[in-house]
Amino acid sequence: MELKSNVPDGPLEKKWEKHRFDMKLVNPANKRKYKVLVVGSGLAGGAAAASLGELGYQVECFCYQDSPRRAHSIAAQGGINAAKNYRNDGDSVLRLFYDTIKGGDFRAREANVYRLAEVSNAIIDQCVAQGVPFAREYGGLLDNRSFGGAQVSRTFYARGQTGQQLLLGAYQALERQIGLGAVKMFARHEMLELIVIDGVAKGIVVRNMVTGEVRSHMADAVLLATGGYGNVMYLATYAKGCNGTAIWRAYKKGAAFANPCFTQIHPTCIPVTGDHQSKLTLMSESLRNDGRIWVPLKQGDTRPPHEIPEEDRDYYLERKYPSYGNLAPRDISSRAAKQVCDEGRGVGTTGLGVYLDFSDATRRLGAPKIEEKYGNLFEMYERITGEDPYQVPMRIFPATHYTMGGLWVDYNLMSTIPGLFALGEANFSDHGANRLGASALMQGLADGYFVAPYTVGNYLAGVKPGTCPSADHPAAQEAVAAVKGRVDRLLSVNGTETPTDFHRNLGKLLWENCGMARNEAGLKKALGLIPELRQRFWENVKVPGSGDDLNQSLELAGRVADFLELGELMCRDALERRESCGGHFREEWQTPEGEALRDDQNFCHVAAWEYTGEQSAPMRHIEPLAFENVHLATRSYK
Amino acid sequence: MEKLINLTLQVWRQKNAQDEGRFVTYEAKGISTEMSFLEMLDVVNEGLIRKGEEPIAMDHDCREGICGQCGLVINGRPHGPRDRTTTCQLHMRSFSDGDTLTIEPFRAAAFPILKDLVVNRSAFDRIIAAGGFVSVPTGCVPDANSIPVPKENADQAFDAAACIGCGACVAACPNASAMLFVSAKISQLALLPQGQPERYRRVRDMVAQMDAEEFGTCTNHGECEAACPKGVSLEHIARMNRDFIKASLTHRPPTQTGGAG
Amino acid sequence: MPAAEQSLAKDVNPGFMDSSVGRKIVMAVTGIIFFGFVTVHMIGNLQAYLGAEAMNGYAKFLHGMLHGAGIWGFRSVMLAAAVLHVWAAFSLTLSNQAARPQGYRVQQFQAATWSSRTMRWSGVVLLAFIVFHLLHLTTGHAHPTFVAGEAYANFVSGFQSVGVSAFYLVAQLCLGLHLWHGIWSLTQTFGWAHPRYDKLRRAFATVMTVLVVGVNLSFPIAVLAGVIR
Ligand SMILES: Cc1cc2nc3c(=O)[nH]c(=O)nc-3n(C[C@H](O)[C@H](O)[C@H](O)COP(=O)(O)OP(=O)(O)OC[C@H]3O[C@@H](n4cnc5c(N)ncnc54)[C@H](O)[C@@H]3O)c2cc1C
Ligand code: HEM
Ligand code: HEM
Ligand code: SF4
Ligand code: F3S
Ligand code: FES
Repeated sequence: MELKSNVPDGPLEKKWEKHRFDMKLVNPANKRKYKVLVVGSGLAGGAAAASLGELGYQVECFCYQDSPRRAHSIAAQGGINAAKNYRNDGDSVLRLFYDTIKGGDFRAREANVYRLAEVSNAIIDQCVAQGVPFAREYGGLLDNRSFGGAQVSRTFYARGQTGQQLLLGAYQALERQIGLGAVKMFARHEMLELIVIDGVAKGIVVRNMVTGEVRSHMADAVLLATGGYGNVMYLATYAKGCNGTAIWRAYKKGAAFANPCFTQIHPTCIPVTGDHQSKLTLMSESLRNDGRIWVPLKQGDTRPPHEIPEEDRDYYLERKYPSYGNLAPRDISSRAAKQVCDEGRGVGTTGLGVYLDFSDATRRLGAPKIEEKYGNLFEMYERITGEDPYQVPMRIFPATHYTMGGLWVDYNLMSTIPGLFALGEANFSDHGANRLGASALMQGLADGYFVAPYTVGNYLAGVKPGTCPSADHPAAQEAVAAVKGRVDRLLSVNGTETPTDFHRNLGKLLWENCGMARNEAGLKKALGLIPELRQRFWENVKVPGSGDDLNQSLELAGRVADFLELGELMCRDALERRESCGGHFREEWQTPEGEALRDDQNFCHVAAWEYTGEQSAPMRHIEPLAFENVHLATRSYK
Repeated sequence: MEKLINLTLQVWRQKNAQDEGRFVTYEAKGISTEMSFLEMLDVVNEGLIRKGEEPIAMDHDCREGICGQCGLVINGRPHGPRDRTTTCQLHMRSFSDGDTLTIEPFRAAAFPILKDLVVNRSAFDRIIAAGGFVSVPTGCVPDANSIPVPKENADQAFDAAACIGCGACVAACPNASAMLFVSAKISQLALLPQGQPERYRRVRDMVAQMDAEEFGTCTNHGECEAACPKGVSLEHIARMNRDFIKASLTHRPPTQTGGAG
Repeated sequence: MPAAEQSLAKDVNPGFMDSSVGRKIVMAVTGIIFFGFVTVHMIGNLQAYLGAEAMNGYAKFLHGMLHGAGIWGFRSVMLAAAVLHVWAAFSLTLSNQAARPQGYRVQQFQAATWSSRTMRWSGVVLLAFIVFHLLHLTTGHAHPTFVAGEAYANFVSGFQSVGVSAFYLVAQLCLGLHLWHGIWSLTQTFGWAHPRYDKLRRAFATVMTVLVVGVNLSFPIAVLAGVIR
């Protein structure tokens, strides 16, 4: 397998412009002869489907929710970055590029990241024109804030619902195209297989989740914008339905899977209350600006927080990182929290939690000020936990939040299977080993509005119009049969454990061994246990009901089956990457102060895995990363 | 603090759109008050699966009150007893030991039941497709700051845009009217300069589609606002009515566009 | 309907009267005419307290406006409004019932009032009342001692029947129910909403309802109590 990044040559700032000129155009009269499938209707998929429909291609768009408006992008709270420099505080495309590369701990491709920074401004223009109600100042112009430790104010936001508003903008553009007949929408349809003919992606197999009908959709190009796979950990901030199925099927059909072990753990989530817990809810990071994080000094101290005197408290972040304190980056504070809980000093009924205490800030600023700043967050916390954070300290715990890994794609966002593109969180492209706050939304929309519409056109210009194979093609029929077979197999096991049982077990296993901190022994242990769990799944899972109607257990079982394979690849990737970088922290590679220790000598590359069959181990390929415009530097937050 | 409670659930079960449907009673034992409502149903469902029965089908996704996919009628209130709270954010501490809960799907002709508690809300999508957008092709737009928007308008537009499309307004309305949902979008775009060019056409088209979907009509009961988890205000219905009147009074037949050439 | 078969009504833009909002507006326009009428009518009827002369003079004045054309002009507007109002009420009720073919087992109302939920029933009672009322005090067909042109006498003798007065009282209560929601509702339909004045809208509806109904109730009571005779 060859990993050709297809980065255009020329100076960094000119690459995208030059590439756009070099790309072939499709004759307008021919556009409607091409069919393009877009799987996913989040920021990436929704934007791409709308834009491609507008250009004149025949587009079909799929999502598993009941409406494209509900894609997981809707949950993003904080904001979206752009290098507008509206604050006159020294921001620029170059600076956004640099921050993103550095934030990603130098494991992303320079040219992609630069392009991302370059189109970021157009995204804001586009969204504002669509009527997205971004926050404004009294002068009527757009407001910005600084986010995720950035030193410039470049984050555009819409209260705490930026993702929702951006997604609704894209959704409305998409619905407009649906109304015009340019895009056909298939909601409640789940992609379960990719159809590859002569090595080229030519269609997908979907299951209608209401009727159970399994059928193929054939096309000239397939775009996967199916989001991240963080639900592999069971408890995560993702929507319950998020899955890795689409990209996993593509991987098994030959698309390389890049950096699967790069996951991001967010430090401020509402902790687990018990085994019934089904997901975790994110609390905005901004809380750390005024809250102080602590745990009891002694193990097993069960006194209520206000009865624990100062001298029995450990403000561990302030202690370990005196200069950044409670504002230490996401990965560092997440790891520190896990560490104190592992020491038995965690708080709450489960012992998995640390206090985020506002009593000092309340004393200093007064309760009204705290309410003004964090009122809505406190309210949300109260709704979920039933505790009043004005009275008792909040409890927080880290949770899986984003996956930087995904399908390997070249500069054109095309995977190693020609005709198969991956957009948004589903690809690996722009965030390296760690994603900065407010840049996932940026990437999703950049891919969907401003990259894929050009690069997909360029690809189609090389495909003869009207050559899209029919559904009778043996490869298509075979894929449909395979999906039906799998559905039948899941229904026929008839064991005693539920799909959720397996999902929860897998999640625990990965969280323990391939979570915030990883080591060789743990990863090897997981690599031994996951195949066992998978085998037990296929022998003992219980999926009631039939395949011919709406069957939520069946849907979940299919996703868990894929997670059981994907989890193993994550561990394998984590084991092979013998360095620490960004979200990937190998305990063996840390500085004496406990900081991540990169190994640029041996691991300054993307690891992309190739599927080689059920019985054989996947193959690791590398795409070396060259840094010509920035210097490799070490992060320090002491 | 966590407590364990026992509940009796009367749940609407309906195999598919054709099935008649009926209430079935389940006992939910040892439910932690820390659970969310959906987690409580998860526990019941896990028990059903273990017994080889089909779990209760229900819609949900984000489980944090933003996607709008969840929605049950609990003891006669869409999204349950807590104001401004979606079903997924409702927690069991809102209930007491020994309670009997009646759990029904959203009921409206425009929201046909697919299975158990799952309904089809795609009528909402078609209403948006009929005009709930600003026609801006990708890329052909001015700089974001070239049109200032008074903060007050932007904030008000936001209040309308906060709608999550859950359909609780329809479920709550004695007439199964979709006015609150439809007016939220119309009002959002009517308040922003970007929405002006299509303003009056939009209101006509969206109302026409709303009617075609067989929603009821608004007689100003105000139940929708009370049920709305995002606090979308009746003021938007009023604004939409105003725009509709204006649109009806000033509307011209479309002129022929295009030509030979 | 599968999402793929989405169809839009865009090209078949329905007429104003077919549209749900259009019919609402018909309801509100006719409603406001009724509201205006009952308010003025209530004030006019206050003449009863001034005695026979005042009231008969007032009646004569009304009948003689524009040489008699006035009353017919007014009557045709009222008739048209009544027909439209009843038609719209009927057609909207049908749409609304069709919109929820299957009801809830349990339903807890939060904001809807008894008044808002009984509009169609209070309306029907009002219609029956109006028919009776016209036969009673305008044409005299339902009035045993009716004398044309003697508005005051007809009025007094009419209400001396306890049965008739009782029906009037019930009808006025229905009028109250209908108006209390109706007045608020029409401001909403006309789009007269602003958060600053929202409380005022409710208050206005309450005050006007209490006023109209209170005064109207006083007539039969005053006659029965012998205050007016
Ligand atoms: C709580 C939270 C807060 C966040 N806040 C921020 C923030 O402030 N700023 C920021 O930049 N980023 C944030 N992120 C990250 C960001 O929201 C996501 O990375 C981004 O929205 C992903 O968009 P996407 O279009 O790639 O995928 P998604 O929005 O996840 O969309 C996936 C789509 O694919 C469809 N799909 C998936 N699988 C299938 C299948 N098998 N068949 C058919 N369809 C399928 C789904 O239906 C959906 O339409 C946050 C994430 C979370 C969880
Ligand atoms: C057959 C007789 C009547 C019927 C069936 C009827 C029914 C209705 C109905 C269903 C509504 C709509 C409710 C709403 O939109 O909230 C309504 C509104 C109204 N009605 Fe009547 N009504 C009748 C007679 C009257 C009479 C006699 C009056 C005057 C006293 C009247 C005054 C109003 C007013 C003011 C409204 C409010 C208009 C609006 O909602 O915008 N109605 N009526
Ligand atoms: C207790 C309260 C009421 C009293 C005492 C009363 C009294 C009268 C009287 C005396 C007349 C005859 C006037 C004349 O012919 O010169 C009349 C006419 C009429 N009243 Fe009333 N009325 C009352 C309530 C109402 C209400 C509530 C309505 C409507 C909902 C109404 C509608 C009418 C109409 C339509 C006429 C006929 C006007 C015409 O000549 O065209 N009245 N009323
Ligand atoms: S208006 Fe409120 S209740 Fe109606 S769909 Fe929107 S959020 Fe749900
Ligand atoms: S409850 Fe129904 S009647 Fe109107 S005000 Fe709300 S849509
Ligand atoms: S599940 Fe998303 S709003 Fe409830």
